[in-house]
Amino acid sequence: MANATTYPWTPGFYAGDRPRIVTSRFEYEDSHTLTRYLATEGYEGLKAALAKPAPDVHEEVKNATVLGRGGAGFPAGTKWGLTPPGVFPRYLVVNGDESEPGTYKDRLLMERDPHQLIEGCLIACYAAGLSQCFLYIRGEMPDAHERVATALNEAYAAGYVGTNILGTNFSVDIVLHWGAGAYVVGEETALIESLEGNRGMPRLKPPYFPAAIGLYGQPTIVNNVETLANLPWLMRNGAEEYLKIGTPTSPGTRMEAISGHVNRPGVFEVINGTTTYRDLIYGEEFSNGIRDGHELKAFVPGGGSAPWFVADQLDLPLEGRLVGAAGSMVGSGAVMVMDETTDIPKAALTLTRFYAHESCGKCTPCREGGTWLSRILERVCAGRGTMRDLDQLIEVGETICPGAFPHASSERLGLEAVPFPYKMTTICFVGPSAYAPVHSALTLFRDEFEAKIVKRTSIPVSAAPIEPVEPVVAGAH
Amino acid sequence: MARLNEDNVRLATEIIGRYPRARSATIPLLHLAQQQDGYVTNEAIAHVGELVGATSAEVLGTATFYEMFKFEPVGKYLINICQTMSCALLGADELMHHAEHKLGIKAGSTTADGLFTLEHAECQAACTEAPTLQVNYRYRFRVTPEAFDQLIDDLAAGKLGDEIPPHGTLAKIRQRIPADRAVGAVDPDDVTEAPAWMPAPAGPESDQRVGA
Repeated sequence: MANATTYPWTPGFYAGDRPRIVTSRFEYEDSHTLTRYLATEGYEGLKAALAKPAPDVHEEVKNATVLGRGGAGFPAGTKWGLTPPGVFPRYLVVNGDESEPGTYKDRLLMERDPHQLIEGCLIACYAAGLSQCFLYIRGEMPDAHERVATALNEAYAAGYVGTNILGTNFSVDIVLHWGAGAYVVGEETALIESLEGNRGMPRLKPPYFPAAIGLYGQPTIVNNVETLANLPWLMRNGAEEYLKIGTPTSPGTRMEAISGHVNRPGVFEVINGTTTYRDLIYGEEFSNGIRDGHELKAFVPGGGSAPWFVADQLDLPLEGRLVGAAGSMVGSGAVMVMDETTDIPKAALTLTRFYAHESCGKCTPCREGGTWLSRILERVCAGRGTMRDLDQLIEVGETICPGAFPHASSERLGLEAVPFPYKMTTICFVGPSAYAPVHSALTLFRDEFEAKIVKRTSIPVSAAPIEPVEPVVAGAH
Repeated sequence: MARLNEDNVRLATEIIGRYPRARSATIPLLHLAQQQDGYVTNEAIAHVGELVGATSAEVLGTATFYEMFKFEPVGKYLINICQTMSCALLGADELMHHAEHKLGIKAGSTTADGLFTLEHAECQAACTEAPTLQVNYRYRFRVTPEAFDQLIDDLAAGKLGDEIPPHGTLAKIRQRIPADRAVGAVDPDDVTEAPAWMPAPAGPESDQRVGA
């Protein structure tokens, strides 16, 4: 639809003639204020929830199959049900430490509609019997901090947060917490460690879910910002209406950020389960094609951690199981597009270097492996690599993820897809994420790596010195 | 430099009170220290330790994990240029190259006048606005070399003081929980019961009653 509107005060965001569950207020310049929120059905979802017994609210969320929007896609209602019965207090930790490459939706939701998030937190606390809420916001987002702090101050003063909310016996504090810059803290047990004042390193598993043993050893629910932002609409309209949008396994909407070599990079709220990658990249109402009439070379379908897709996968919809079977993941809602001018090994290096840099150092395969992947790629990109290096990349990768690693199918190469998930020798996904771009790039574009190596043997003496590639600071944490 | 001043100790006490365990306030208190002095001093680390009940080594251990904490003076303006995928695809390397030449320093260092520190940064969650940078964590989008030069000139001339506070100022607005509305920290040592709004769990007795 050509009438899609852009809002200059929310860079990157495009509305459009689609159902809007979480971005309905983005069109107002004062969308972050309590006045605007109350004028647009604000806190009506909370009132609807409080009118029902807590278990009924939990049931409603379970019935709606609200999938977690942080990356793993685990249904929120099911997650809440994993707390051991009779063990109290239980906590809610809101994951606002958004830092997955390519992803930005939580930042917009916090900056543009903080009350919606607060209302979502309250509904979750009420439904799952959570006694205190900690809202962990990434440190590098002071605008989001200020908006959420202002909104919390307003909400406390107006009686929506704190003791005896709206005159009921429901009482909960929401504490705004500051992060300080560490990607791995987005992992839920690392988030809890960080919230306890420690280095943000993921905890050993089992227990697999902090719902059993989390913050201060108590049952803890960790939910993503976007997941919680869905709840006010759900409470106002009911699970039945929610399920009418999208597909039964991927209902509702989701935020997708499309960046890179497209005509109109942007963040869009799209229908879950049915919108395809072709829609997102080429659709007029979305990113409107590749820049300057270039061709698509590859794209990352679900945040920097996701194995890459090529044109063969364009018609896949945003549906977890289908994308998984095709060898990648819908992940955190971020599509990064590369056109044919892209230097593929170098693109892989930018991502691998990110994960190597962000490794917390707890698991050896990630700490050492990620660093080595990054170093080897650097020398390949700098024209100092050997053919042996390409095999070494795979060998190192296999110490992090033994066995077949997921990848896309390719008609051009006669490749069959290897489906998700992978095996891993690390506690969390940072290590495998360092390998994913290397593996995808090498599997789908090995010729480009070899070209860099062949070039090494034919550099004329008169050639300019090769620019050194930026060194990675090993173990920067 | 210094331990936390009186005002900040008051604020620190308020922040600590929100958590069931004082140590949870470590990172917010370190931010407070960095806001006060522009970086985290050894004295502040010891002071934060006293306030949250941890040793200096424990606080330092936590602090060094996180990118944002600096342990030596940095420029008044910390410029972070994003180097991750979407920005890299759209000219982050060129922007960094330009920035280094404009400022006359390599990334990872500070200008002689103490005004600017230049750093490589990882994904800043503004990927559709590539290439991006942050000055003291305040965004600049789709930064061209000309826009970068203008930004530096404006900062040097003190024109952006309202918009971009000195390094260390995380947020100009803080959460304030009014005493009459506060529930208070829910400590697992004190609370073991279900919250008031949760219906009593159906124990064996009530089950029998339902069955009867």
